[in-house]
Amino acid sequence: LQRSIESLSYYNCILRVFLYNVPPPAKYGGQHTVTLIPGDGIGPELLNHVREVFRFSCVPVDFEVVNVNSSRADEDDINNAITAIRRNGVALKGNIETNHTMPPSFKSRNNLMRTSLDLYANMMHCQSLPGVQTRHKNIDIIIIRENTEGEYSSLEHESVSGVVESLKIITRLNSLRIADYAFRLAREKGRRRVTAVHKANIMKLGDGLFLQCCREVASGYPDITFDSMIVDNTTMQLVCKPQQFDVMVMPNLYGNVVSNVCAGLVGGPGLVPGANYGRDYAMFETATRNTGKSIANKNIANPTAMLLASCLLLDHLKLHEYATTIRNAILTTMNETRLHTPDIGGQGTTSEVVQSIMNIIQKTGPRTVAYY
Amino acid sequence: VDSQVTCPWRSNLVRPRKHIKNCYATYSPFQATSSVEIIMFLFNLQELAGEMVLMFSLFSVSTKAPIQWEERSVTAIKGPSGRWMIPPEAKESMDKSKIGLKGPLKTPIAAGHPSMNLLLRKTFDLYANVRPCASIEGYKTPYDDVNLVTIRENTEGEYSGIEHVIVNGVVQSIKLITEKASKRIAEYAFEYARNNQRISVTAVHKANIMRMSDGLFLRKCREVAENYKDIKFTEMYLDTVCLNMVQDPTQFDVLVMPNLYGDILSDLCAGLIGGLGVTPSGNIGANGVAIFESVHGTAPDIAGKDLANPTALLLSAVMMLRHMGLHGYAKKIEMACFDTIRDKKVLTKDLGGNSKCSEFTNEICRRVQDMD
Repeated sequence: LQRSIESLSYYNCILRVFLYNVPPPAKYGGQHTVTLIPGDGIGPELLNHVREVFRFSCVPVDFEVVNVNSSRADEDDINNAITAIRRNGVALKGNIETNHTMPPSFKSRNNLMRTSLDLYANMMHCQSLPGVQTRHKNIDIIIIRENTEGEYSSLEHESVSGVVESLKIITRLNSLRIADYAFRLAREKGRRRVTAVHKANIMKLGDGLFLQCCREVASGYPDITFDSMIVDNTTMQLVCKPQQFDVMVMPNLYGNVVSNVCAGLVGGPGLVPGANYGRDYAMFETATRNTGKSIANKNIANPTAMLLASCLLLDHLKLHEYATTIRNAILTTMNETRLHTPDIGGQGTTSEVVQSIMNIIQKTGPRTVAYY
Repeated sequence: VDSQVTCPWRSNLVRPRKHIKNCYATYSPFQATSSVEIIMFLFNLQELAGEMVLMFSLFSVSTKAPIQWEERSVTAIKGPSGRWMIPPEAKESMDKSKIGLKGPLKTPIAAGHPSMNLLLRKTFDLYANVRPCASIEGYKTPYDDVNLVTIRENTEGEYSGIEHVIVNGVVQSIKLITEKASKRIAEYAFEYARNNQRISVTAVHKANIMRMSDGLFLRKCREVAENYKDIKFTEMYLDTVCLNMVQDPTQFDVLVMPNLYGDILSDLCAGLIGGLGVTPSGNIGANGVAIFESVHGTAPDIAGKDLANPTALLLSAVMMLRHMGLHGYAKKIEMACFDTIRDKKVLTKDLGGNSKCSEFTNEICRRVQDMD
């Protein structure tokens, strides 16, 4: 008991510094302004559909479009985008492609955005949809992934020719922060169990620190069960029995693997939205961050993930009625009308799906623009 | 000198017979010159392994395979210099016979005690871990048509064990990638693919984030692929592989990757076919050394009760026979094992039946004898 009190007071002072000064998002004349970054591949076309649906449903959101050219070597584009997000507070983005044959000084644009804006928590909610045919049913997992450090620190050097070292950084502060985020979210959503995913049997100091921080935070939430699991066992359990997991929290790389496995289990990358939260800013995108170059501009991409991400955006802006209307329309299209795009086994096109969603919004929603 | 050390198999390559299309075959550098091949059976003092010994003496007698078993314990002992090491009798027996079969090993949780498996790996320089995963007819999982092989670099990468505490609360783990090790594993992967009539090799990486380290690994894979034009070479991001693996595992053939990704993916694939209780595994080392093992745990709760499932160890032994060139025996034992599981009459508890380990083994021996 003494130890848990000590640990509570330790991270309580950190919390006071980090959490209680959240500025409100930009709002002029009743219209919220949101930064929109089209990205590459299927990003631009899906975000156009999002804008179409928002305009049709009379959502009071203005989009400030900032283009980022992924082939340019200098960082002006991305710095403009970051400044725009700092100004507006919220962003909706498509994935920006990273050409991995470029030299190491050319950092991944997505990673740069996440670290500069300190969007430390990536949240992804995987739910089985009744209308989608999958091998596993009744999956309902929330994955919380540390977004700024871990293996993605981009600190690499070649000490001797032919030997490359890459550094994985784990800090106590960030681990406490992400664990606290996970437990608060679990409590808000009424979840019973949080599982920490790690590889502390091999990386004893690094993942050991992460695990220790999670345990400290867990002691402050006695109503929520906390357990831990090694990452290779986790992936095995996920493909055998995914129904056993509730909320999972983990460092960056394991988060990448586990979130992609879960997205695959519920039906694919086109169905799951993802959100990146920081202290001051929030950024919404598809959970698996795919560019989708091979299906770009063919009208076969699945708009569900991006549209659900935009609903998360509306929830963040506290426009809950609009969020519920659009979300219900999407789920009705998915589950009842069964209008599916090719990636989940149907024959519909993106525009047909979006049109169906807009028809349902018109029937059920409060007010829509007359469609020309 | 370097090529001789890293590629000892080049000089006396034996191609497996063409009509045997099976993923358990490895290349076999041994000609069956004498009627008696000596191999080693390594075990720890756990009683579970004791049952395995009984089982193996039973079946090697019934199949009349020209193998002589030498049992050696590999419980680590403290050497004269104070460092933990494998007992010298085990080491010299292994150096003489080159092939080993290992049961599950348990690492005591005492502080300072090194991992047993790590010790074995370092002693014999086991650089490649091969895990073929094929769906077993009769053991139902949500995935029916898996047939792939994961080849994982076993010596370096994220598991180099180099960690430092920089300041209080900040830990750095070093991931090491070297040119030599990457080249070695890539060459092994392509040789394996060629000798087992595999169509493609996929390199799994995360070079968009870890540009230099995974970039080096990829470059070496590409260079080696130039010498193997008959095998298709592709590269794929780790997250894309995870996503596609749980949706459609048939699109993958041979996967080659560094240590951490290999750990996660090989366990993921084991989960697809039914878990670690039915997955064989082989570790290939320099100088022609190879140790085949079952990767499941020691299961102390069922040790000594004749309840264990010997399938994993049996299939590893089949892999071993193929490695040595004894394809006839390997095929017989493998077919007997699969027929027993398919018939579902005599199965151990974890496969869904309620027979004992000895009954299961006897059934397999009976089938092998019937085949003669």
